[in-house]
Amino acid sequence: MDGVHDMGGMHNMGPIEIDREEDPVFHGEWEKRIFAINNAIGTLKIRSIDESRHARERMKPGLYMTSSYYQIWLDGLERILSEKGLFSRDELAGKIPLQPVTVAHGPTMTPDQVDERMDKGGYFYREEGKSARFKIGDLVRGRNIHPEGHTRLPRYARGKQGEVIADYGIQVFADSNAHGDENPQHLYCVRFSSTELWGADGTEGDYIHIDLWDDHLEAAT
Amino acid sequence: MAHDHDHNDPPSDTVLRVKALESLLVDKGLVDPKTLDALVDRYETRIGPQNGKAVVAKAWSDPDYRKRLLADGTSAIAEMGYSGAGGETIIALENTDKIHNVVVCTLCSCYPWPVLGLPPVWYKSAPYRSRVVREPRKVLEEFGTQIPADVEVRVWDSTAETRYLVIPKRPAGSEGMSEAELMDLVSRDSMIGVCEAKSPEQGEAA
Repeated sequence: MDGVHDMGGMHNMGPIEIDREEDPVFHGEWEKRIFAINNAIGTLKIRSIDESRHARERMKPGLYMTSSYYQIWLDGLERILSEKGLFSRDELAGKIPLQPVTVAHGPTMTPDQVDERMDKGGYFYREEGKSARFKIGDLVRGRNIHPEGHTRLPRYARGKQGEVIADYGIQVFADSNAHGDENPQHLYCVRFSSTELWGADGTEGDYIHIDLWDDHLEAAT
Repeated sequence: MAHDHDHNDPPSDTVLRVKALESLLVDKGLVDPKTLDALVDRYETRIGPQNGKAVVAKAWSDPDYRKRLLADGTSAIAEMGYSGAGGETIIALENTDKIHNVVVCTLCSCYPWPVLGLPPVWYKSAPYRSRVVREPRKVLEEFGTQIPADVEVRVWDSTAETRYLVIPKRPAGSEGMSEAELMDLVSRDSMIGVCEAKSPEQGEAA
């Protein structure tokens, strides 16, 4: 979706306010809880990471721009978990009593599983998928697509020419997986010149690298 | 992405919404509050930039390790005991006299958790995400980093599950320092690529 989350290249966002390495990891108890909830529900297997990201980017644009990152996580979690049927908005608001959970889900994460689960993480590679249309050294172009759903092809790379510099193998395709279909295919690292992306406002000799899937690309002719 | 929100008291409705969500999930048996405590503890105390600093210091000290790290970052980092969520695949990018790497996630805030922990507020902010792909040299200047015109700037936008870790240049004057001493010269920001590693004099001052 062409949302405000896709901000690469946008103007007028202001200077960067630098926080120091010594600053606390979390700013307040509520940030700790929302971070932890988001990770603890992994074992429920109720939503994928791509569904999660898509839920966050569907926050109302005005709110997204004025919210901190963990506020965006909170909004996304309420959205995706209610859409998945773990609870209703009315239950969350306390308007109706607690209802039984009827959707299938995995086990609740126990405290002793935390390190093992987090050390393991997810697995995004697949043995099989669509065959590769591109190889290292190929000149490619970001497709001019504007899907209403999730996409990891940033707007600033659409219609732009780059060079495939790595093939990271067959992986779950985020754009499809955010809508329930893994559609595995090759993931590449594509190198774009700064001047290709930004014209005279770019810098000759500088490069921007973007990880893009096969379906994001077409051959540059 | 107003920066202020992260340092000022959050609106009370945010706090109430988080409490409501947690209670609901706990009451339904879907989340264990002790699991939440364990997750917070892990990322507050154990998974942070100190992990990446150990990786960089080892790469500076051990040429064989450096080679393994650049060939297969994920495996070389796993050797040190760091792996998993938010960094299932990690690629190490080496800064040289001719190349300076800097990492961003323009679409959300992807960041190599196993080696750097959770991202700083600025990394997640609209100014950084919007600007560093378009004007990386200006952004780096705001961090006090001047990149000479003959050095190529390489920006890496983390749009998939691949994560990138910058290996800063080993500072002059650090010859003969131990891995433990070298770790003090590596900052979190130097592993994102917005700063250089500290000189031995700066390391001592810090």
